[in-house]
Amino acid sequence: MEFTDKHVLGLKDLLYRMADDLLILGHRNSEWTGLGPILEEDIAFSSMAQDKIGQSLALYEILHELGESEPDTVAFTRNAEQFHSCHLVELPIGEYDFSLVRHFFFDHQSALRIEMLTETVVEPLQMVARKFRGEIKYHTMHADSWLKQLALGSEEAKIRMQQAINETFPYALGMFESSEFETELIEAGIFGGEAQLKETWLRVISEKLNNFGYTMPDIETTEPILGGRKGVHTEFLQPLLDEMTEVFSIDPSADW
Amino acid sequence: MKIESLDPRISRAGIDENTQDGELKVMDHFQTYEVFEQKKRGTHHVHVGSVHAPNSELAMMFAKEQYTRRGQCVNLWVVKTSEIFVTEYEDADIFENTATKLHRDPNSYKVMDRIKAYKERQKNNA
Repeated sequence: MEFTDKHVLGLKDLLYRMADDLLILGHRNSEWTGLGPILEEDIAFSSMAQDKIGQSLALYEILHELGESEPDTVAFTRNAEQFHSCHLVELPIGEYDFSLVRHFFFDHQSALRIEMLTETVVEPLQMVARKFRGEIKYHTMHADSWLKQLALGSEEAKIRMQQAINETFPYALGMFESSEFETELIEAGIFGGEAQLKETWLRVISEKLNNFGYTMPDIETTEPILGGRKGVHTEFLQPLLDEMTEVFSIDPSADW
Repeated sequence: MKIESLDPRISRAGIDENTQDGELKVMDHFQTYEVFEQKKRGTHHVHVGSVHAPNSELAMMFAKEQYTRRGQCVNLWVVKTSEIFVTEYEDADIFENTATKLHRDPNSYKVMDRIKAYKERQKNNA
């Protein structure tokens, strides 16, 4: 099928969503480096944060092939309103309970999205999806292990985790904010769409949360927190960008 | 007074200078697990180090990032350190004779000549 302008715009929007989510969350999670609860976890969490930045780079490179600016320019010189990231990834790291729940919600979404994209008609994206499938699988295993362990831990651990699950859930639903190009993406075989992804994700996480002994929040009474995909962000994104680009901004033309 | 650091994350955390939090007692540590890595199918698992973890599942998660993120690995074992039975160094004399028991060394077998000759032939044929 020949791509029209709308197909290309839809594809770019999809790539920006994914890449921006990964870059912002990768940066956020790296804030735990050196401060993690135990040395082994600190290393594992930092390493996964690094994986996310690496994945975002691969996606920015595809965008560059589609005519967007260089990956570094795209990552380090845009303002908050030019980012397509969802609110979930922008929130400060908070306490470890929140960071783990975000990791669980986000990485299952990431794994399922990548799984769908292993069949996309866009060849470079298909290759990236196949390449990162294993890496992301480990991220979900790591998240599952912690959620399971903390449900079996002290009463305090379980209460705090459940609270974090309830509070994070509306933000997590914002990951699936629909694009204005859903129909084009689906008809061209680029991506199966946010609605389908959300449905699979809900099934996967509710089964896991129930198995671990948590209560799945009620989807019917939860209002998703939207806007990120359209450039409307929380107050936390711009300060994050300022901090992330501080060194780059000293001399944007420097050769690293 | 709150701790002020060049690292913005530390300043943001608003930690009191006189805080006693975060001091660990001996029993606050997790148990350790020994990690064994297999680089290729069919080869032996080799001991590569240890990790602290609350259970074997998390020990596996930690071992993966700790020991396999550089280089090849196809399989991992983790074993609770306390489950490994060890010899005492004071009993190290039980090993002393080993080096002199040449009849246990495969080099002493007469068949070695034939093996060497076979290998030589293989090499020449290749």
